[in-house]
Amino acid sequence: MGRGKLFCLYDIGLGDEKMTINFFMENLANGVSLGSLYALIAIGYTMVYGILRLINFAHGDLLMVAAYAVFFMIAAMVPWWIAAILAVVITAIVGVLIEKAAYRPLRNSPRISVLISAIGVSFLIENLGLVVFSGVPRAVYRPEIFDKSVSMGGITTSSLTFYIIGATVILLLALVYLLNKTKTGMAMRALAISFDTASLMAINVNRIVSFTFAIGSSLAAFGGIMWALKYPQINPLMGVFPGLKCFVAAVLGGIGNVTGAVIGGFILGIVEIMAIAIFPSLAGYRDAFAFIILILILLFKPTGIMGEKMTEKV
Amino acid sequence: MKKETKILAIIVTIGTIAFLFFANQFFDGYKIRIMNLAAINIILALGLNIINGFAGQFSLGHAGFMAIGAYTGALLTLSPSAKQMNFFIDPIISPLANFQMGFLPAIIIAALVTAVFAFMIGVPVLRLKGDYLAIASLGFSEIIRVVLTNLQSLTNGSLGLKAIPSYINLFWSWGFAFLAIIFTFFLINSSYGRAFKAIREDEVAAEAMGINLFKHKIMAFVIGSSMAGVGGALFASLLTAIDPNIFKFALTFQILLMVVLGGMGSISGTIVSATIVTIMMEWLRIVESPMTIGSLTIPGISGMRMVIFSVLLMAVILFYPKGFMGTREITWDFIQEKINRLRKKGKNETLQKDEV
Repeated sequence: MGRGKLFCLYDIGLGDEKMTINFFMENLANGVSLGSLYALIAIGYTMVYGILRLINFAHGDLLMVAAYAVFFMIAAMVPWWIAAILAVVITAIVGVLIEKAAYRPLRNSPRISVLISAIGVSFLIENLGLVVFSGVPRAVYRPEIFDKSVSMGGITTSSLTFYIIGATVILLLALVYLLNKTKTGMAMRALAISFDTASLMAINVNRIVSFTFAIGSSLAAFGGIMWALKYPQINPLMGVFPGLKCFVAAVLGGIGNVTGAVIGGFILGIVEIMAIAIFPSLAGYRDAFAFIILILILLFKPTGIMGEKMTEKV
Repeated sequence: MKKETKILAIIVTIGTIAFLFFANQFFDGYKIRIMNLAAINIILALGLNIINGFAGQFSLGHAGFMAIGAYTGALLTLSPSAKQMNFFIDPIISPLANFQMGFLPAIIIAALVTAVFAFMIGVPVLRLKGDYLAIASLGFSEIIRVVLTNLQSLTNGSLGLKAIPSYINLFWSWGFAFLAIIFTFFLINSSYGRAFKAIREDEVAAEAMGINLFKHKIMAFVIGSSMAGVGGALFASLLTAIDPNIFKFALTFQILLMVVLGGMGSISGTIVSATIVTIMMEWLRIVESPMTIGSLTIPGISGMRMVIFSVLLMAVILFYPKGFMGTREITWDFIQEKINRLRKKGKNETLQKDEV
């Protein structure tokens, strides 16, 4: 499996390479493609939070579900693009089921109970993954069109980078259309403002919540599939760190705000790649960056970049 | 406390001490290990319960504070020669290299170091509420783990520390567990404890009553976390080998499970659930090892224990949202009430039978 040199992240900048324009651009492209994955996953967090005021801890694990679904279907000789579509559908169903089983019964409970339930679901999925798929990492087949190396304006990178960015843009446009131009989208926005008023306006709350989970989960599935293509080793715990980081991206952009989640995702992805490219000695601390950003943003602008100020009602 | 409850507590204490002496004499190493683990888990769960249950601040950083306690305790008790053996990649930084102390001072210092870190982390993080606090504290606990992995000359990085002296025995572990229980009891029944509960019930109202929110939140966080530090130091001595990967979120999850199961805000509930969960963790190993029934061999399913525990946590939160005890304690009245209810139930059943 010809892994592009650029995807061995720790190689970057370790040699004598100077900070040239090309080096910068290559890393930027890599950062943008990682950022678009973060953005896709962060949208799911932000949409669920916007409507239910709940951190869906299990959201990151949906990545793993999607990646394994693709892995097993490709192993069963299903063409990769059909496998990808089926995996998205499966993940959406899993997402909706999670909401029905773990969050809906607790809708009127204290938020801490729901949070504990979310942690429980996340652990259940991870450990079921470990039991069913075993902890051994598996290599995902990468279709050849993603493996070409592309030269553009003096920089060379894998074609996958551009496919990821392109797919993300298309998905985001579709989401914007859905949220702003369709009745369902309007219902979702109404729910985010007020549950009670929305149900008075003859909006079927449960159906819209399920639909939100389906959309969020399928975006996470797209993210997970592309993640598996970009870093072609999958294991049952692969979703934990992307999940946490994407939550950070959602908070960074202003949780509850879809545009904010996208911006946050891109910022996080670019910062992560660029920081290591410029300071290779920080590579070991890579997983800590997101949390440092999270704590800084929570301290200085808790509402995030695009968020609105919330006041606490007595 | 009612007089009867006091007597009950004394009887239980004496019974436990007698059982400890008995166990120390007659139990094998494996059972003693589980009992040590139960005591450590009681300390850890009480610490988390002070933060999450009594003060209502949902922290998920317990594993990180345990790690700080464990590393401090281990580095202070390791002998200079053992340190030289451990740190073969990078030598350990100089003042620690030729330094060794006893178990008790090491645990006390571990508690203090953890408290200092908890204070530094708590000041920014406790400005947040609810799920933000949960994620930020989880983030800090991960940062602690990442830092431990990268500080080669202080923590030996991902290789971890080995050959940590195993001072621990039933009296150390249960001694500290008793201290933790008594301390928590007096803390919760002091004016500080009442302030914690007031903050948990309603922050705005508590502030209006003149309670300094930030001071009390920090206090609960530092106390609970330093108990995690003590638990961590004992844990390191029990394991004798630690590395950063032990202190993942899964560890916090286990302790959270104990707290939620026993009831957020119940000391006796936490003690009972910590003991039961510890024993169950071991007992459920049966599920993971191959079983032979007659001629049929069922292969063991590794990892099944955690599946069972996640289902258990979800079942408890869905059906008993307040845990088994809620904020109640096991007192004389509580037991009498239960017995009365059981009797009534029995009577009703016999009555119904008579009618038929």
